This record gives sequence, C-alpha cells and structure tokens, in this order.
Amino acid sequence: MTAPAEVEETSTEETVDRPWVTIVWNDPINLMSYVTHVLIELFGYSKDKATELMLQVHHEGRAVVSNGTREQMEADVARCHAKGLWATLQKD
Amino acid sequence: MRFTRHRKQVRADPDATEVALLTQLATELLGLIEAPAISDDPLAEMVGMPPGDVDPPDNEVLERLFPDAYKGDPEAAREFRRYTDSELRQTKRANAKALIASLPEGGGVFELDRDLVDVWLASLNDMRLALGTSLDVTEETDYETDDEPALQVYAWLGWLQESLLSCVDPRPPRP
Repeated sequence: MTAPAEVEETSTEETVDRPWVTIVWNDPINLMSYVTHVLIELFGYSKDKATELMLQVHHEGRAVVSNGTREQMEADVARCHAKGLWATLQKD
Repeated sequence: MRFTRHRKQVRADPDATEVALLTQLATELLGLIEAPAISDDPLAEMVGMPPGDVDPPDNEVLERLFPDAYKGDPEAAREFRRYTDSELRQTKRANAKALIASLPEGGGVFELDRDLVDVWLASLNDMRLALGTSLDVTEETDYETDDEPALQVYAWLGWLQESLLSCVDPRPPRP
C-alpha cells in the first residue's frame, strides 16, 4: 500500500478512470483494537494487514485503506463514519 | 461489569448503576444526534429528486461524529452530507436505541448475539467519541491520576469496549 500523492485536485477535474482513495486519519479516542476490528469487518483484510494499517494510522497519522472509483470511495467513507472512524476520500 | 463469552453468546452482568449509566449515556447520544429533519420520501427518491441541503455540524462533538468526507473542499463535503447525513443519523440513533433495549432493567445477566455485539461496539464508540471530544482527550491523557468523574466514565467505556472486543472475532464482509 502506497501513501496518497500530495496533489491538490479540484472536484471539477473529475475523471472516472483515475483512482480515488479512502484515508483513515489518526485520532486520540478510537481504540487500536477497535480500528483493527472495523478494518477487517469493512474491507475483509486479514488480521495482519488490518493491524499493519491501524499501526500506520497510529504512527504516521493516516493510511489509505481502500481505492477505486469516486462513488465506491464515497460508500467506503460512509461505512467508516457509521463505525466512528475518521475517514475522507481524495483523488490518488 | 465485563463481557465474557459463552458458546455463541456474549454475556455480561451489569449492576443497576452500570445499567443506569449506560442508559443515560445512550440517551444523551440520542439527544445529541437529532433524527433526520426530513424523512426519506420514497416518491421523491423514485423520481430522482435530490435530498435537501444539510448544514455542516456547528460544534466539535458533532464534527467528530459526522466528519467532512472531503478535506479542504467544503462544497464536495456538503454535497456528500446531503446524500449520507440522514442514513448516518438513523444508523447511530438505531444503535443507541438497540443498546438501551438490550440492557436488563435494574441490572442482571444479559446476552448479546453476534449482530448486537457490533451494534454495541459502534454505539460505545460513539459515546466515547462524544465524551472524549468534549473532554479534549489526547493520547497523553492520564486516567490514573485525573479523578475528573467524566474522564473516569470515559476510561470505563474504553475498558468496556475492549472487553467486548476480546469476546469476538471480526467478521469479514461476504464476497
């Protein structure tokens, strides 16, 4: 998994074939065990992969947890918000 | 009160005070998260009418429960909110209500099936987000030495959530 590119994009430059990413951000409240649990339940990651992503969020402040079309990422962000994860989407 | 696993059920034995506290916290959550202003109109949805505009949250607790989906793009964040806010509110409210409904009145043993465990985990998390944000909790907050009652409640909720997590394996989505 690579870090998202530091590129500012505007929503008017939308192109469907360019991948978007869902990012989970670090926060001081969510338990590490809970974040791992949610990443497995929402995205089907193995325990090891989910733990790795959780630790990346914890240490680096954020991690890309999924990628796809803008529509798919909006759905993923909504599912993260329902579980209390702080998530955003952006163009990769 | 702690959760333990008994075959396929997860069990806890809260006393009356713990039941009252959880009921109060879930009720506060329901007070905080208002029901969607306009109920979903199936006819409007059928003819493709877009849902109404939703103002962004006006305090930091609601900002944490209903975060912007786009950073640095208020317009896109607002558009996302229009289409998702109502369902997100309904989910969080339904979770809080289901948590209250599953509690044994006056205390005692109760059991949660696997679906309710996830409902509890999400709602306990919402309580912690609301309380933790209003208390300005950081990763350095020391619960051992700070005897502020609200902080002790916050720490207890975390302990409870951890205890519940230790009883179940996460269920990956069906392919």
